[in-house]
Amino acid sequence: MSNLKETFLTPLGLNNPVAVQVLGICSALAVTAQLEPAIVMGLSVTIILALANVVISLLRNTIPNRIRIIVQLVVVATLVTIVSEVLKAFAYEVSVALSVYVGLIITNCILMGRLEAFAMANGPLDSLIDGIGNGLGYAIILVIVAAIRELFGAGCLFGIQIIPDCLYEAGYMNCGLMLMPPMALVILGCIIWYMRAKNPELQEK
Amino acid sequence: MNTNSNSYTIGYASIMVIIVAFLLAFVSSSLKEKQVENVKLDTKKQILSALNITDGDVASNYNEMVKDFVLNADGTLTEQSANDFKVDYSKEIKENRLHVFECNVNGEKKYLFPVRGAGLWGPIWGYVALNEDKNTVYGTYFGHEGETPGLGAEITKPFFSEQFKGKTVSKDGNVVLSVVKNGKVSDSSCEVDGISGGTITSKGVDAMLKESLSRYKSFLASAVATDANSGATKVEAAADSTAKCAAAKAVEANAAQASGKDGYGDFTAVEAAKANVDSIHQEVKDELKK
Repeated sequence: MSNLKETFLTPLGLNNPVAVQVLGICSALAVTAQLEPAIVMGLSVTIILALANVVISLLRNTIPNRIRIIVQLVVVATLVTIVSEVLKAFAYEVSVALSVYVGLIITNCILMGRLEAFAMANGPLDSLIDGIGNGLGYAIILVIVAAIRELFGAGCLFGIQIIPDCLYEAGYMNCGLMLMPPMALVILGCIIWYMRAKNPELQEK
Repeated sequence: MNTNSNSYTIGYASIMVIIVAFLLAFVSSSLKEKQVENVKLDTKKQILSALNITDGDVASNYNEMVKDFVLNADGTLTEQSANDFKVDYSKEIKENRLHVFECNVNGEKKYLFPVRGAGLWGPIWGYVALNEDKNTVYGTYFGHEGETPGLGAEITKPFFSEQFKGKTVSKDGNVVLSVVKNGKVSDSSCEVDGISGGTITSKGVDAMLKESLSRYKSFLASAVATDANSGATKVEAAADSTAKCAAAKAVEANAAQASGKDGYGDFTAVEAAKANVDSIHQEVKDELKK
């Protein structure tokens, strides 16, 4: 049981897919200008990753070694397509909000990384927990970056103004640069810096 | 079993592909109907949003207020069946079927046009509603597929679309409604602020408005006819009140018939009616002089 707990918790901290393994950076830059798409993206990746992990884990003993990456990709792409079709039919609003992110989920290297490194070698239950853990680890970083960018770039969180008008009257201005993709990289860099400074065991000798 | 042999690998791949293909085909076809309904409903919602109606039941509001027409080459309109509601207007434009939606909002007639264009990352679209004079914007709606959140994607926000209200669409037969760089509005009668940081999307909206609305040039120009029509009504009203002559009554019926025939001013008919009114107005004046 403690093993499962560990499987779930390490991706949130010491083995975070974004901040420690530096995976999934592309989508982390693309969707973090605002908090809302970041949360939607984080949750979708979590769900897809958990499902894909379970499927691959069930198939792991039958998959021919030479085409295993192709099989993993097909499973992920199929799952993403089915989920997006179902959303279009039953939760149209959500599917509109997801629109372009669906494509980004398929190409997210966290998925391939977890399928290859974990699900191919572990049972379904462990894989499910690992998928959820890694998905949430990814989501947490997205939310932190998005919150910083939206707060300083637009003065809002979830589109609601947070920085009071009196500050603007006193000469405060939103930092437009925050909304540009390069700032996401800079913030991400700072998070990685913090993680490594605080946990010396992460530093290479 | 040797999972590394060639035959196993090929067999595995083939079976996987067949299973996945069937699965996807099944999901796609079984959900198709529902998805199409959702897209239709969403399109209607966008149309209503351009008419500044955001609450209430979408389907019933739409059926009550909006009628779908296609513009013919000779400037007349053909009504489309409500069951044949289209959602892909870029295809409609490509195939030269220009849709005009005639809307009745609180007893006022509005015209609504679908506009289609390209943003930075993908297609953008919108609906522009004009007042009865076919030259003043009543409301707009803009949508996009994948513009950058916080930048280009802001075109969907009310602060952007509401800027268009009351702007002039065309001058001297050219579409002048435009989106300019943020803070560079020089003619506030027809220009609106773009989005800073979303320059290419803003330019895309500008190009989309000009390109799509230019296609309706002949229809928009017939606004002159509507003006003539209302002018005629005024003249005839004056004649009516001063002389109360039977002739003016006849013209009123005539003009009403002309405008009733197609509602948006068949140019020749209204022109004829106007000439008719003018001549009778002259007669009335002469009579008054006597």
